[in-house]
Amino acid sequence: MTTSFKDRSLLAVIGDEDSITGLLLAGIGHINEKHEKNFLIVDSKTQISAIENAFETFTGRQDIAILLINQHIAEKIRPLVDRYQNAFPALLEIPSKDHPYDPSKDSVLKRVQKLFGE
Amino acid sequence: MSGTGPRENIFPTRMALTNMKLRLKGAQTGHSLLAKKRDALTTRFRSILRKVDEAKRKMGRVMQLASFSLAEVTYATGDISYLVQEQAKTATFRVKARQENVSGVVLPAFDVDRVAGSDFNLTGLGRGGQQVLRAKEVYAKAVETLVELASLQTAFTILDEVIRATNRRVNAIEHVVIPRLENTVKYILSELDEMDREEFFRLKKVQGKKKRDAEKAEAAKMIEAGAAGEADGEVKMETPSTTEQASDLLNDKDGDVIF
Repeated sequence: MTTSFKDRSLLAVIGDEDSITGLLLAGIGHINEKHEKNFLIVDSKTQISAIENAFETFTGRQDIAILLINQHIAEKIRPLVDRYQNAFPALLEIPSKDHPYDPSKDSVLKRVQKLFGE
Repeated sequence: MSGTGPRENIFPTRMALTNMKLRLKGAQTGHSLLAKKRDALTTRFRSILRKVDEAKRKMGRVMQLASFSLAEVTYATGDISYLVQEQAKTATFRVKARQENVSGVVLPAFDVDRVAGSDFNLTGLGRGGQQVLRAKEVYAKAVETLVELASLQTAFTILDEVIRATNRRVNAIEHVVIPRLENTVKYILSELDEMDREEFFRLKKVQGKKKRDAEKAEAAKMIEAGAAGEADGEVKMETPSTTEQASDLLNDKDGDVIF
């Protein structure tokens, strides 16, 4: 696991349209030879299974270093996110335009709080 | 006593005792080393913990700012999301992983690796080009913050795991391995003592028997000698009357008389 992180250089995003647009503007968008995108746009019509699939795909890919996911979307697949413990790719919950950031829901911050609490 | 608690299954000899003592010493050294490692990691972990907490809160503000600048773009240019999505081909914003070593634990840290690209040059050509440019910059800054946070978080996850493993090892050595070795040493010592006592008792017994035998033999000889003495006395009783050397005979050592 720790030997392969040299190859990881991409960021992946699962988010709503606005977040994705902004992040793509910053230049993180990548489409590889197999025409796989490193981002997934989620709107109100996107099935939860599709989000779960994308999550599994992104966490399984060997070239992704960081996976960004909007917090309100992470909320939809919360069991999956909470179960995810791997170091690579690093999973980061980010706020979106319509949903302000709530630190108490973040799976990592929850662990941080727990460790601080003891 | 030695019978209590688990111990190694060995035969109690002096060599085994030496081996056990060596192993016990090794276990104690290992324990102290691991405890030191754990302390170092925990110190690091605490500082990272605090940083993660801070960075997460900072991220909230940064992302809000970024969203706002995107809203400006939308206001000036109209919806550009489709355009942007279609133009994304290769990533110009990548990260590079480098590793950091904290007492034997490799912690990866991500560095931002931006390649100057010509993406989205035509976006906002009609109007709002400035807003687009600014949004790009703001978002790039935001992503930099995110990358920083990600490396902190990765370090956090890995450290958490390693500290748990180290703790497990420290506890295992402290509560299982060391008591077991100590028990074994005690067991061997008590067995050796027991053997010593047995040996001592046996020797005493042997000595007693020898002594008894010697006494018996002496008594037998005394009796024999007594019998012989009586015979001598008779001879002596007779001699003074017959010879003048009677007094000399008693005082002088005679080669024939043994007792």
